[in-house]
Amino acid sequence: MMKDMIPGFELIQPTSIEGALNLLEEYGENGWALAGGMDSLGWFKNRGKRPEAVIDLEGLDALKGIDETADGIEIGALTTLTEIELNPLIRERFWLLAEAASKVASPQIRNAGTLGGNLCQDTRCWYYRYGVSCYRAGGNTCYAAAPEALNREHAIFGASRCVAVSPSDTATALVALDAEMVVRNSSGERVIKAENFFMEPAVDIMRMTVLDPEDLLIKVRIPNTWTGADFYFEKVSDRGSWDFPLVSVALAIKSTGDRIDDARIVCGAVQCIPRRLRNVEAMIRGQGRDEDTAAQAGAMAIQGAKVLNYNHFKIPLMENLVKRAVRG
Amino acid sequence: MSDMDPFEPVRTSRPPSPSVGHSDTVVIVPEAQTKWSRRNFIKGVIASGVTVSGAVYFGPALTRVNPLSAQGVERLITLNINGQTRRVDVLPGETLAMTLRYKLGLTGTKLGCDRAECGACTVLIGDVNYYSCTTLTHRVRNREVTTVEGLEGTNGELHPVQQAFIDELSPQCGFCTPGQVMSAVALLRSNPTPTRDEARVAMAGNLCRCGAYDHYLNGVMRAAEETSNA
Repeated sequence: MMKDMIPGFELIQPTSIEGALNLLEEYGENGWALAGGMDSLGWFKNRGKRPEAVIDLEGLDALKGIDETADGIEIGALTTLTEIELNPLIRERFWLLAEAASKVASPQIRNAGTLGGNLCQDTRCWYYRYGVSCYRAGGNTCYAAAPEALNREHAIFGASRCVAVSPSDTATALVALDAEMVVRNSSGERVIKAENFFMEPAVDIMRMTVLDPEDLLIKVRIPNTWTGADFYFEKVSDRGSWDFPLVSVALAIKSTGDRIDDARIVCGAVQCIPRRLRNVEAMIRGQGRDEDTAAQAGAMAIQGAKVLNYNHFKIPLMENLVKRAVRG
Repeated sequence: MSDMDPFEPVRTSRPPSPSVGHSDTVVIVPEAQTKWSRRNFIKGVIASGVTVSGAVYFGPALTRVNPLSAQGVERLITLNINGQTRRVDVLPGETLAMTLRYKLGLTGTKLGCDRAECGACTVLIGDVNYYSCTTLTHRVRNREVTTVEGLEGTNGELHPVQQAFIDELSPQCGFCTPGQVMSAVALLRSNPTPTRDEARVAMAGNLCRCGAYDHYLNGVMRAAEETSNA
């Protein structure tokens, strides 16, 4: 049996970052930066995306690896998820990220999939991925919010025409760690806080991140701010392997004795961006890390949630995950 | 839905603008008539005077004749497969699984989902297991690829993992087995003495529709025991 073939494109394999950036600028919307290919090749096979040129980043060795800096670490965007999972420095200081990376999909996907790709991957809304002309695809309707739609994976917060959610496991961990994204294009470099890196549909419904077509995520910086903190990561999905989160939670918390000094709590798969729970963080500051605080945190986390037809379960799920995370 | 339509015309990266200057090459093929035989297709080409530049309008018919020609330009590259140097013409968007199976005849590597989900296409690149259905062949030009065919010993003996799978009656229907073997080999290269739980995690990227997971795990544990004792 002959399986389906990917439609033709020009494959360009630059060997320098500058070369890649020039190509991204040259092709603009018709170009496609290919990292691990775990998301991209599915799009190509389904004809969901048909770039004119695919710019293969595999040859950019400068974007691979984990380096220690004066005030933290830097992870090249093409570092694989397996490397992140196993890296001793990350395990020691930022266990949260190593744990999140270890929960992505399957071993083979973590071997090929990169941190940059995991952060920049497109949403899993199956209507959108099926190739329908929805808002996110430039059309004028949302199939996932329609009365009969099957939407148990979809958003309970921040929906704005589109109800898709952020699929990334590492994104929640990086927001919780106050990470920064280093983004470059042919005219310069800029640094964006992880929290501001992801795009809400109310701002731009056709993008998942702030990246323009000519931009490339170069590396991720994690400051030592949360070194030595307590971490908690939990991802609930239908299957134990190869699955996206139904809800996930990433928490970094610092305490003195029993008192909570400061915390970051971020939930995945409940909104189109990793949802940082600032109000919960503020509420638990100064409180004891106990059952009461945990219960209050859980109740506060779900305030304002709006359900679709089939995703009511995400509310108690999110409440319980936040509770467990805060209780520790 | 266009994305799942097998008769959807394939398009090269820079399609010529429709009809303008190509009036002699525009051929509309109604869906009902897409089951062209090779003979009829050639006749049709002769009758309508279609040239190569009209190929993009020919998706359905062309797919029947030569599924590869509208996918871009092939390039001759050298691959290192199972320790051998293989020269092969490869399309820009060609996956390693395609190249292995349909151009190099290495059909031990299976294609199940073709979407990086099932693991039947698992091969080793270096010592690491990857889904070959979701790896572009052009990416592995300077790498060592090992497929299940490459595991055989110098005298044709089975790899310890293969032997252990037989001894433990691991496979049922056998379709996922080459992928399971490759993942197990990758595991034992990085961790020769895994715990059963470590093995379970390492094998989690390979689906088995027969549900023989525990049997495969028995096989992996036996292989680990036998190779570390040897």
